Amino acid sequence: MGSEAMKITLKVWRQPNSKAEGKFETYQLDHVSPDMSFLEMFDVLNEQLIAEGGEPVAFDHDCREGICGMCSMFINGRPHGPKQAVTTCQLHMRSFKDGDTIVVEPWRAQSFPVIKDLTVDRSAFDRIIAAGGFVSVNTGNAVDANSILIPKDTADDAFAAATCIGCGACVAACKNSSAMLFVSAKVSQLALLPQGQAERENRVIAMVDQMDKEGFGSCTNTGACSAECPKEIDLSNIARMNREYVRAKLVSK
Amino acid sequence: MSNKLDSKIPAGPLAEKWTQYRSTVPLVNPANKRNLEVIVVGTGLAGASAAATLAELGYKVKAFCFQDSPRRAHSIAAQGGINAAKNYQNDGDSVYRLFYDTIKGGDYRAREGNVYRLAEVSVNIIDQCVAQGVPFAREYGGTLSNRSFGGTQVQRTFYAAGQTGQQLLLGAYSALERQVGLGNVKMYSRHEMLDVVTIEGKARGIIARNLVSGKLERHFGHAVLLCTGGYGNVFYLSTNAMGSNVTAAWKAHKKGAFFGNPCFTQIHPTCIPVSGHYQSKLTLMSESLRNDGRIWVPKQKDDKRHPNDIPEEERDYYLERRYPAFGNLVPRDIASRAAKERCDAGYGVGPSKMAVYLDFAYNLKNKYGRAEASKHGIENPDDATLIRLGREVVKEKYGNLFDMYKQITNEDPYEVPMRIYPAVHYTMGGLWVDYELMTTVPGLYALGEANFSDHGANRLGASALMQGLADGYFVIPYTVGSYLSKEIHTKPIDVNHEAFVEAEKAVQSRLDQFLNVKGTKTVESYHRELGLIMWNKCGMARSEEGLKEAIQEIRALREDFYKNVRVPGNQYEFNPELDKAGRVADFLELGELMCLDALDRNESCGGHFREEYQTEDGEALRDDEAYRYVAAWEYKGGNDWGLHKESLEYENIKIAQRSYK
Ligand SMILES: Cc1cc2nc3c(=O)[nH]c(=O)nc-3n(C[C@H](O)[C@H](O)[C@H](O)COP(=O)(O)OP(=O)(O)OC[C@H]3O[C@@H](n4cnc5c(N)ncnc54)[C@H](O)[C@@H]3O)c2cc1C
Ligand code: SF4
Ligand code: FES
Repeated sequence: MGSEAMKITLKVWRQPNSKAEGKFETYQLDHVSPDMSFLEMFDVLNEQLIAEGGEPVAFDHDCREGICGMCSMFINGRPHGPKQAVTTCQLHMRSFKDGDTIVVEPWRAQSFPVIKDLTVDRSAFDRIIAAGGFVSVNTGNAVDANSILIPKDTADDAFAAATCIGCGACVAACKNSSAMLFVSAKVSQLALLPQGQAERENRVIAMVDQMDKEGFGSCTNTGACSAECPKEIDLSNIARMNREYVRAKLVSK
Repeated sequence: MSNKLDSKIPAGPLAEKWTQYRSTVPLVNPANKRNLEVIVVGTGLAGASAAATLAELGYKVKAFCFQDSPRRAHSIAAQGGINAAKNYQNDGDSVYRLFYDTIKGGDYRAREGNVYRLAEVSVNIIDQCVAQGVPFAREYGGTLSNRSFGGTQVQRTFYAAGQTGQQLLLGAYSALERQVGLGNVKMYSRHEMLDVVTIEGKARGIIARNLVSGKLERHFGHAVLLCTGGYGNVFYLSTNAMGSNVTAAWKAHKKGAFFGNPCFTQIHPTCIPVSGHYQSKLTLMSESLRNDGRIWVPKQKDDKRHPNDIPEEERDYYLERRYPAFGNLVPRDIASRAAKERCDAGYGVGPSKMAVYLDFAYNLKNKYGRAEASKHGIENPDDATLIRLGREVVKEKYGNLFDMYKQITNEDPYEVPMRIYPAVHYTMGGLWVDYELMTTVPGLYALGEANFSDHGANRLGASALMQGLADGYFVIPYTVGSYLSKEIHTKPIDVNHEAFVEAEKAVQSRLDQFLNVKGTKTVESYHRELGLIMWNKCGMARSEEGLKEAIQEIRALREDFYKNVRVPGNQYEFNPELDKAGRVADFLELGELMCLDALDRNESCGGHFREEYQTEDGEALRDDEAYRYVAAWEYKGGNDWGLHKESLEYENIKIAQRSYK
């Protein structure tokens, strides 16, 4: 509050479309408030660019509350920037210093092609969910909610896995561009709950198959995904998914 | 009353209307369903649930959203919870009580028939969501947990920490993706609907723009469902997501759909105050916090002390003082006005003095700390122990909200009270729909926040999620059949039909218009200016004089927009500035209609507060004789609108001055 304005140099990846080559452009901002969010700084940059007759930087965002999973900037070599458990939209400029140079890139992964500048195509995630990330229960088929008793601890664990926002930072963080953390979060949520049992085996196999088809890399357990995940999705979900997968393969034989 | 407005409320006793309707509505047989195409615009709670359910029933569905994935609709951001008349707490809840609370909370400006149906189906929603694997909060025994929201005296709100909307939407999204996988829904993400296509008066499709390639597309549907959310962003600063807009509803309005109660806006009392001119949106602190947070300001004007240094007797817990029966849990409109009253009178806090405190210290220590201490058998616990124990409980209930507050303000709400101020949050107004959720254009429906239907002049907390899912899962699957059963002989219409060609042409010329102005001012600057006019003159308090000024100012701004706006880039690329230009252009028209509606309603009710109409103690003064109606506006071209009135009949509830004292 009321703190001094900062000078920030931005090196931003500019790429007109998926086919064009990209390169870094450098921009200077002289009046960045520490209370601004990272995206508000980009708003200011864009207004400046438009006023000068330039092209604004395209970036994805919507809720600006850390929940929709749309924002996706790779900041100084880290998805969503330097702070733990924070999305790009919830990153504030007080996390940087006056005079800093900040390098901003899109998510880089073969399965997330760049659409423009900092915007990428993450529709592969939707296709993975469509392959099995659900409980097959048509509307109207449900029993009374309290007839399914779920111990609080189980419910809490399922909830923790379900808080994934589908942002793709895990993929961007991984040197193999693996999507294991994202997929395992959904597999875990449903494997933990009684509602998910009927399709437990089919689900994990279908989702993993789709993940492979989309071209995501394999997991070598470096843990970068979980370390960079804004929702702190636990690495144990990957272990659980591996167990689920092995179990499903055995059962299906 | 206009004969154009038939609300189609079924006859018969209130409690039997919906059952009666469902058992007599015409059905479409499965073979015919496969030949019927339904367009669903929007994949929030209303759209995702509708698209999934209609596809399950066998209809061919096309769904659209402007985000990169249906999972990111604005519904994802809902925090506090969802109401349902389950009465799991055995505290006296019932369908009737939820119905009654909603009508009263809406200040007697909603339809009895619709609201009763909403309360009725609320119980099915919770069942459906749990079956999908939505991880609601639970008690140790494994049953579902509930909390209270404003305007009620029972605990009927189901929740998943402060992320209820996320969990509900992911449930609906998974159901939708399942249908996508099965080939029953074709999903169009990063697509924006830019017009409704009507043929012989019926909605027959849409014009959409692929936001990646920039190309315009024509899509046919036997029916079109708009589930496109609310228009709070007309105020520029609001708690809505950045992309939330009125475009879809506005295009429908201009194609003949009446707009219901456009001026009914909800200003939410507990949001993080504005911190600077660069501010792009405001962040909500969920109403659920008022379960445990106490709202106060210093008794002394311009008190510069740190809040923690102000002793108990020098604090004014003004809601508890003014409304002893409901205290901090009065409805939103009342809490917001009370905060404005204190700040305007000079008691506000924080750097801008436009904020009040929301303080958790008392309940953290005394309510939760003591409960935990006795649970753990700690006798005579000291303050530090109580605070430590209480903190754990508060963390579990509201942890993510506290983290978000700290991240934004750099202050720790576990240590110092939050500073909050009202902000635009929700729009009760929207497209006018009948009991079947059909607009005045046959075959065109509106669901969720996009319609005006259930919340009257003020919505109760945790009721929007309920309404969105009620509309999508349980209402539209029946009511759309009433229309489509008569459409089984309509063959899919070729999109080269002249109505499609004409509509596309109009959309194209509008895009060209934006790009060709080549002025000097950014779209954002117009939006900001419009927001300021709306907030100052059509916000928490409105007056005849201010509204008249606002209308002139908006017209002038709109004119300026088409002369001086600068939209960079071109159409055939990913161009968020162009997308935004279209949305702001529509807001510039909607703003005028909102002011017109507010001007026309010479009474105060719910969120609509006209300064000229208040009681001696500053409460909203309704005029039931003259204004007990829904204002449905018909677009007549240019700046011209015609008003149609749907009179509201209360046969089951005795209409009374709303009191929470
Ligand atoms: C911060 C916040 C917290 C809230 N918390 C609660 C709560 O705890 N409980 C509660 O009951 N309510 C809450 N609400 C209100 C509630 O979240 C919304 O009213 C509700 O989610 C709206 O759902 P919807 O399905 O109608 O629309 P939305 O979720 O807004 O979805 C709109 C959809 O329409 C699409 N769309 C819009 N225009 C177009 C177009 N032209 N072309 C194509 N697609 C388009 C969007 O892509 C999106 O998919 C909260 C609201 C906010 C802002
Ligand atoms: S696991 Fe974490 S990083 Fe990966 S998509 Fe989910 S929230 Fe984002
Ligand atoms: S914009 Fe929604 S998570 Fe960042």
